[in-house]
Amino acid sequence: MAEILDPILITALALNFVALGVSRVKGAVNAVALQGILLGTLPLLVHPEIHPRGIVLVVVTIALKGYVLPWFLLHAMREANIRHEVNPVVGYKSSLFLGAVGTGLAIVYSSTLPLASEHAGMLFVPASLATVWTGFLLLTTRREAIMQVLGYLVLENGLFVFGVLLLEAMPFLVEAGVLLDLFTAVFVMGIIIHQIGREFSSISTEHLSELKE
Amino acid sequence: MYLLLIVYPLVMGAWALAVPSNRRRPWLLPLGGLANLAITWWAVARAGASGLVSAPDAWLWLDPLGKLVLGLLAVLFAICSLYAPGYLSLRSDRPNRLFCANLFVMQAMMASVVLAHHLGLMWVAMEATTLASAPLLYFNSNARSLEAVWKYLLIGSVGIALALLGSFFLAYASLKSGLPPTLDFDRLLSQAPRLSFPWLRAAFVLLLIGYGTKMGLAPMHTWKPDAYGEAPGLVGALLAGGVTSCAFLAILRIHQIQVASTGAHMAHDMMILMGLFSMAVAAVFMAGQRDFKRMLAYSSIEHMGILILGIGIGGGAADGALLHMINNALTKGALFLSAGNIHRAFGSKLTDSVHGAIRRTPLSGGLFLAGFLAIAGSPPFGPFVSEFTILNAALAGGRYVTGGLFLLLMAAVFISMGATVLAVVQGKPPVDDGPGRFHDSVATGLPIVLFMALVLLLGLSIPAPLETLLREAARSLEARQ
Repeated sequence: MAEILDPILITALALNFVALGVSRVKGAVNAVALQGILLGTLPLLVHPEIHPRGIVLVVVTIALKGYVLPWFLLHAMREANIRHEVNPVVGYKSSLFLGAVGTGLAIVYSSTLPLASEHAGMLFVPASLATVWTGFLLLTTRREAIMQVLGYLVLENGLFVFGVLLLEAMPFLVEAGVLLDLFTAVFVMGIIIHQIGREFSSISTEHLSELKE
Repeated sequence: MYLLLIVYPLVMGAWALAVPSNRRRPWLLPLGGLANLAITWWAVARAGASGLVSAPDAWLWLDPLGKLVLGLLAVLFAICSLYAPGYLSLRSDRPNRLFCANLFVMQAMMASVVLAHHLGLMWVAMEATTLASAPLLYFNSNARSLEAVWKYLLIGSVGIALALLGSFFLAYASLKSGLPPTLDFDRLLSQAPRLSFPWLRAAFVLLLIGYGTKMGLAPMHTWKPDAYGEAPGLVGALLAGGVTSCAFLAILRIHQIQVASTGAHMAHDMMILMGLFSMAVAAVFMAGQRDFKRMLAYSSIEHMGILILGIGIGGGAADGALLHMINNALTKGALFLSAGNIHRAFGSKLTDSVHGAIRRTPLSGGLFLAGFLAIAGSPPFGPFVSEFTILNAALAGGRYVTGGLFLLLMAAVFISMGATVLAVVQGKPPVDDGPGRFHDSVATGLPIVLFMALVLLLGLSIPAPLETLLREAARSLEARQ
């Protein structure tokens, strides 16, 4: 099984760097959507004997992360009529560099955590931690509200990779709850982005700097 | 049966959505709040009578810690709901449909956090409280509240995402030890000594940071002054007393697992450090604070620090922390509601233009001052007893440095917070600009009186039923030490 899993995880890691390095918002949205779709297939590959309810969850996850949420974000962007260039606080080269350092550290740190024998040699843990790190980077170094939401989605993708190892611990109800929370969170954030666009005629969070000491 | 505690507020929320009249809708809140209090009372009493024990695989049940927090949430929500109609009639220019409905949804989700004995379910409910409260923060629909709600959502969601990763690590700790991976709290607790230590340690750090963000512990507190500063007083009271107590409960549950395994020391030191750091951050940012609602947010950061400090010290200090959770929530209720009234009466929340609150709004101004004295730890109010218990336990346990720093920081906060509070309360109010201004009334005053009466009662003597609840809860924290 590892021969299919590793290429998927490595592609997902590569997409982290696309999201960090791409200069157009739409490109980043597409990279994150593709990452969501690729990772969404993992439960089927890791647990081939998956329950039908699990298959429903896989389909919903892929539809949500690959199509619904990206469409919603692009729609919000069009509605707010904003610039399509990313305007990062930290430049692209530095972001990519930080992403690479974080990925390296994730690999080193995961090697200190003992894996269960059935997961030995798999890339799940480093891929998960590196993706979480990328999400953080996007959240903290991008000014556009949409890019910050994408950071949150990448972060969630990172969690999802780890969650695949633990499907038995996550009952259907809980997984559905996690998905519902994710959907609602992005939905609410989208509404706020819309309001920010109306209030400031731009969705750069630079304008959100009135509240401070 | 426990489902009723979650379903009932949800039904009331749906009802609030369906009521067309902006004027009549807020009256559902006291109705729902009081009925919810009655249901909670019944559930807590019943769980006590039957001596409910853990049923494996039951995801929702009321344990001693849960009883304590659930009771607190119900009282807080009931008193806040009494305040709602008076407040919303003053804000009749704003649509309150989402506001009323989301208050109920938030209460339902908080009850779910307390009842959940599956860490995944608890996580889902905790994230849902964040999402349900976002529209409440945006009630004023201006640029400032927009900024506050954005930070609240983003920082809150990221923090809680770390808590999910921590929960996964915990489940992996059981998988690594050859046990079936689980997020069932009671199973994890009973398997704790066998859990893989490196995973458990990493899980604890992530969970403390994650749920600590929701609690508002420094240095993950940055959303708090903005959110509490811009939220209506009513929402501030529920966030500072309710949501933070839920997040504290989540940390207590993780702490129980940690204690039941092996390495409690690392956890304790980390909690003490974080507690003192939160108190220090609060003391620094309260000095010269001109915005009295932001000041209350820093006070909340301070008291979250005290709670986590008490748990870190352990023993008698943990008992003190449980009592302090209740004292803090009730006092914060009084402070946020009276601050909201003063804000209404002066049209500002900056000490530049707010003076003489005790003259313009004698009741709210007086209660604001009393609330300050209570939260700062003056006798005869409740927080004095709980803070003294924590200090006493620290000194009795030979932690002189911790105890000394605790006292020092309390004193620093007292001075900084006192300066802002006195600036608000004393002096001559600016010239009254017209009759349309807010004045104290029974509808907006009585709930604050109720809060302060409870705070005073807890300072004089703790009622026997509460004493029993506290004892049981404290025992469940120590049970496996």
